Amino acid sequence: MGCNAERVAEVLRAGGATVAEHKAELIELDRAIGDADHGENLDRGFAAVLTALDGGLPETPGAVLKVAATTLISKVGGAAGPLYGTAFLRAATKLGDASELDAAAVAAGLRAALDGVVARGKAEVGDATMVDALAPAVDAAERAQSDGGDPAAVLAAAADAAKEGADSTVPLTARKGRASYLGERSVGHADPGATSTALLLRAFAESAR
Amino acid sequence: MKKIINDPAAVVAESLRGLAAAHADLVRVAYDPDHVVRADAPVADKVAVISGGGSGHEPLHTGFVGAGMLDAAVPGPVFTSPTPDAVQAAISATTGQPGALLVVKNYTGDVLNFETAAELAAAEDLDVRSVVIDDDVAVADSTFTAGRRGVGGTVLLEKLVGAAAARGDGLDAVETLARRVVGQVRSIGVALSPPTVPHAGEPSFDLGEGEIEFGIGIHGEPGRERIPAESADALVERMVAAVVEDLPFGEGDDVLLFTNSMGGTPPMETYLAHGIAERLLADRGIRVTRRLVGPYITSLEMQGISLTLLRMDDELTELWDAPVHTPSLRWGV
Repeated sequence: MGCNAERVAEVLRAGGATVAEHKAELIELDRAIGDADHGENLDRGFAAVLTALDGGLPETPGAVLKVAATTLISKVGGAAGPLYGTAFLRAATKLGDASELDAAAVAAGLRAALDGVVARGKAEVGDATMVDALAPAVDAAERAQSDGGDPAAVLAAAADAAKEGADSTVPLTARKGRASYLGERSVGHADPGATSTALLLRAFAESAR
Repeated sequence: MKKIINDPAAVVAESLRGLAAAHADLVRVAYDPDHVVRADAPVADKVAVISGGGSGHEPLHTGFVGAGMLDAAVPGPVFTSPTPDAVQAAISATTGQPGALLVVKNYTGDVLNFETAAELAAAEDLDVRSVVIDDDVAVADSTFTAGRRGVGGTVLLEKLVGAAAARGDGLDAVETLARRVVGQVRSIGVALSPPTVPHAGEPSFDLGEGEIEFGIGIHGEPGRERIPAESADALVERMVAAVVEDLPFGEGDDVLLFTNSMGGTPPMETYLAHGIAERLLADRGIRVTRRLVGPYITSLEMQGISLTLLRMDDELTELWDAPVHTPSLRWGV
């Protein structure tokens, strides 16, 4: 069974709930190596996304993701706003007018999201950013899809890999973003963006089950 | 924390109201999303020059909106980049067929939000380009960081490209000039005390009575090193050396010397430091042909100064001397 616009909106609502639940944790991670605004900014952004979706559900999954993208871009600020916004925008563009998403579409949407984040932020795996969570997640999603998994299985594989990827940022020296000015002092801290990426994918996966 | 504020969340908007009241002849302020545009915007047949970034650095950028400098400025929350929709609003209010140049300080958030805005503008068939300024010599190894930060050179860049756009240069020429200026301007800053961000309520960092943060940015983030407080002669020599050796500037160069107060350092000390810098440059055979002294790019109430050197030539001198009519920079009118 595929994912229609209503299901995609539910998945996004689950994402918003997880961001609200982990807001304090994200703020603390960011206080250590950044400017302590990641949890606050992301929560404000997702709350606005849910409000926008409550105001009227677009007809296609792509259109739902586009609403999320433009809302995040205008409400989050900092670096996370344009990065998450671009991720959702590129995924929305990739999905086009399809009214239902199969596993291949979910994997392709995730790949487009990653490509957008890399193009915008110019980070590579190992720089201690959200790319460290998203890149392995996309690889895992594509493997799950070619193994015959359904959309929920694809998202579950992505969530597992993203969590591992976020944990892998702890021993890394940040090479992008404000944490990079700390140099080796950023070692020993999980990257807040990689952590929020893993949390969101976990919420998406559980909601899609 | 003791500040002349009401609600920390309303600081930026309330300050903009004051700017609008004081300079209604020069600027027009729009709110939510916040942006400041020239009172006579849009100016026909002219490349628009737009800048912005976190608030708390005034007069940068809002105080530089007006004839001969910026067509629009986009102030974000204190020390936080504005969002792309705010930048888009400024673009819509000022930009026509000749296009626009966005002047962006090299901070990750600013670069991402302004580039996103430029991409959205391109979708509406507007020719909008951005130039990133990264003049801070304190960030030593930009391969392993987000790169050098945009600091004092931003003020000079905004004046020069604003003058080029005012004399009728097209977008290609304005963009080329901007990149040329970025290539030959360098800065260094020091802090004697930290700023306090209104919504944080606590000083951004701790600095002992006998300590100076050398190589500070403009958001209270760390600098190159922490040094014991020393005489003005020794400190300014350390600053001049860092800037001169970086480009490098050499004997026979003509330069613009910009001595900037970070907000908390009084004019007396700023001029004191400027005088020393002039002498130290003369000792090196570097000729100061133009000057700017005062608080032009600040970090709230942080005590400290920055020094910026720009290598000059006939074209840059002509553009620097061209008329400018903004709330905080005004000559030739």
